[in-house]
Amino acid sequence: MSNWIRICRLEDIPALGSRRVQREQGAPVALFRAADDHVFALLDRCPHKGGPLSQGIVFGHSVACPLHNWSIGLADGCAQAPDVGCTTKFSVRVAQGTVMLDADELRSLALHDAKVAA
Amino acid sequence: MLNPHPLPQPDTARPRLVVVGNGMAGIRAVEELLKFAPDLYDITVFGAEPHPNYNRILLSPVLAGEQTIDQIVLNPLSWYAEQGIDLRLGRKVTRIDRVRRVVQADDGSETPYDRVLLATGSKPFMLPVPGKDLQGVIAYRDIADTQAMIEAATQYKDAVVIGGGLLGLEAANGLMRRGMQVTVVHLMPWLMERQLDDVAGRLLQQSLEQRGLRFRLGAQTEQLLGDEAGRVRAVRFKDGSEAPAQLVVMAAGIRPNTDLALDAGLHCIYDGRGGVAVSDTLQSLTDPRIYAVGECAAHRGITYGLVAPLFEQGKVCATHLAHFGIGRYTGSQTSTKLKVTGIDLFSAGNFSGGAGCEEIVMSDPAGGVYKKLVIQDDKLVGACLYGDTVDGSWYFKLLREGRAIADIRDKLMFGESNIGDTGHEGITRAAAMADSDEVCGCNGVSKGTICKAIKDKGLFTLDEVRKHTKASASCGSCTGLVEQLLMFTAGGDYSKPPTKKAMCGCTDASHHDAREAIREHHLLSIDAVYKHLGWRTPNGCASCRPAINYYLISTWPKEAKDDPQSRFINERSHANIQKDGTYSVIPRMWGGETTADELRRIANAVDKYKIRTVKVTGGQRIDLLGVKKEDLPAVWKDIGMPSGHAYAKALRTVKTCVGSEWCRFGTQDSTQMGKDLERALWRMYAPHKVKLAVSGCPRNCAESGIKDVGVIGVESGWEIYVGGNGGIKTEVAQFLCKLKTPLEVLEYSGAFLQLYREEGWYLERTVHYIGRVGLDYVKKRILEDAAGRLALWERLQFALDGEPDPWFEFSKAQVDLRQFQALPAVNTNELVGAK
Repeated sequence: MSNWIRICRLEDIPALGSRRVQREQGAPVALFRAADDHVFALLDRCPHKGGPLSQGIVFGHSVACPLHNWSIGLADGCAQAPDVGCTTKFSVRVAQGTVMLDADELRSLALHDAKVAA
Repeated sequence: MLNPHPLPQPDTARPRLVVVGNGMAGIRAVEELLKFAPDLYDITVFGAEPHPNYNRILLSPVLAGEQTIDQIVLNPLSWYAEQGIDLRLGRKVTRIDRVRRVVQADDGSETPYDRVLLATGSKPFMLPVPGKDLQGVIAYRDIADTQAMIEAATQYKDAVVIGGGLLGLEAANGLMRRGMQVTVVHLMPWLMERQLDDVAGRLLQQSLEQRGLRFRLGAQTEQLLGDEAGRVRAVRFKDGSEAPAQLVVMAAGIRPNTDLALDAGLHCIYDGRGGVAVSDTLQSLTDPRIYAVGECAAHRGITYGLVAPLFEQGKVCATHLAHFGIGRYTGSQTSTKLKVTGIDLFSAGNFSGGAGCEEIVMSDPAGGVYKKLVIQDDKLVGACLYGDTVDGSWYFKLLREGRAIADIRDKLMFGESNIGDTGHEGITRAAAMADSDEVCGCNGVSKGTICKAIKDKGLFTLDEVRKHTKASASCGSCTGLVEQLLMFTAGGDYSKPPTKKAMCGCTDASHHDAREAIREHHLLSIDAVYKHLGWRTPNGCASCRPAINYYLISTWPKEAKDDPQSRFINERSHANIQKDGTYSVIPRMWGGETTADELRRIANAVDKYKIRTVKVTGGQRIDLLGVKKEDLPAVWKDIGMPSGHAYAKALRTVKTCVGSEWCRFGTQDSTQMGKDLERALWRMYAPHKVKLAVSGCPRNCAESGIKDVGVIGVESGWEIYVGGNGGIKTEVAQFLCKLKTPLEVLEYSGAFLQLYREEGWYLERTVHYIGRVGLDYVKKRILEDAAGRLALWERLQFALDGEPDPWFEFSKAQVDLRQFQALPAVNTNELVGAK
């Protein structure tokens, strides 16, 4: 059972780029748009030192963290080996060009991580 | 026509790969293949030894009792099982039937194949002397030999090692460490004559004699004498003398193991060391279904015995097996290192010199240090080091790159660290360091951590160590130390040999290739470049995409479109990201001069946006730290000063002293010159950051000597220096020329910077650019070619004309303002569906 809420249109996210989604509570969620228009959502914190992943360079289905260049998989939120660690991933739905996130997940997942300032 | 010998029907649909040889070269190729195409083949591996793949190079430390056999295993049996490899240990392949396409083994089995990978390595050369078949006469090649030697050391006293090369000395040292009296017999007048010149060879001999080894140089073995039980008891020489020996180790050379290949009718060569003749894709010349890598393969007539080339071959072979067909092996340069603990020795290239060569020699026999560098046509072509080898990897790099050395010739002998190295002063020998000593100052990685990772994770290359430990992954200045640790821990020299370096894992193209293609084919977009050069990834990676974006906009200004999504965050948000995700703002102050009005606006912004830290930078600007991303556009607007580009690979600052307007020593108006330069050059993107300085007299208060372009006013005009750097390596700028007027200063500085912009590789500072092309080349382009200089200066002005200030002209500078606003996730009224 999912409780989808509208976040933005697909074109509101730059291709090979990202947008930040501010939640009522908890660190923001980063929305990524790959070149093939796949949209992914991760907690906007690198598992390494909490860097804002939304500010990284998107390539393939990965993003390079802007702080120390860890590669994080967009589909699973996990660092590319040999680095280890995962950030929280969120479900995304895109229908008729509208990007949606699950309200229950936004309200419940990863609320107590230290806040990312960006 | 029907095939008279029908193929055996495979029981699966997958093609079969049969690997003959379970050693380092073959298994490395299999590992690479599994990376590219994990499920393409059914793989069978034959190994004549009863062990899984182990690091043969480390047999010497095992013999010396420094490591155990378990520690040198590279792929445990479980690895083969996980990969679904059918491993046949202790089975020798006896024949390859190329007509029926089956491999026959000594257990009578037949294994059908679609492809065969020959990795049979080499076999020891046994001196054809009477007595060579006596008990106690062995070669030194595998685990069984090593165990036989360890075993013999517990029962017998005297050993003779025949052969004073790398392998023989390592065997001798190991046996001595295990308590035997060892005599090394060598036909040549000095030790390791293929790797060392006579002086270094003698130093080595002295130091080994001090440890207790004995030598018979120039001695020819005539016969091995046995006792009644059929065991060897002594070695007799041509001159009639004898040396007692209950153990004789033959280490007089190796020959490629080509028995199978010859039997199968594959073309083998006999020049040099010989081997199965292979193409650039490592396929045998006779039968493209059969590949050969490692010590059994002869590529362009050369057989390699060191690990780095073997691994390179393995990789190329794997890409071909995986049907990628992108890689070509074009040969390697190699270097040598002796693995006898406590003896430092390194050689590479043509270390013996000869006609047309010059030598630089430093010899301190009492201190046990000897270094010889061989130079030909202004290039380093060989090096032979004894006692102090810390710069071995640096010399090897210079040798591979074939870089002109005129500008560093006077410092060459004293090593890389002598060219000014900050951060790890005092550490010169990796071997002498304690485990707790820090190697990488940037990432805080100790020697112990690096060595443990190399051993535990089976790392072989600098890249792998960087990935696993982060050591030398940031500033890179400890690279030489890390390479040394690799040599000591994993054995051999594992630095990557190719002279042409690929930009990143997405491509085989080098930075040079990419620049050339963009210019020659008038490529205007990243996609076009990727397509033209056959990139392996659809949109590159965080390493290559910013580089290509820079090459496009610097080669085709006003034509190629800048792509913000291919820029690092700082250049996308036009501010510097900080560790907590906030940003810093540094407004431009022309020549470092400001006004009360500007300072008031800055102060007001600091209060209004609660900016935590205000700091004066080394480049004479004011840095506001801790600005929230959403506040950036408002802060820029309130301050109302141009972008300082302190976040960009671009012109940063022109630092100035006060100059003749105020200073009682000043000879020129340096502040005005600095302002003029900064106004002419700002908004100039470059391969890396660019810093300038102008001093008004030779006291040089603006520190012009460590800037990309440094200008120093003297009574009669201006001196121009280029290629200085105050960073990781303090590099003193080199004198370019002396000029009379400020207009000339603008033209020459601009022309030099445009040359760097057009030819520098992304992330290459001016000092490294000049190091690569040589100062003479720069002088030729800037000083000797007046028309060319003017053209460069005009191209720079054309590129900069009308360039926007990204803090104010957002759309023209393609600043995506959406990045400064977060999307709300609170609008739950807009429930669009529940399921």
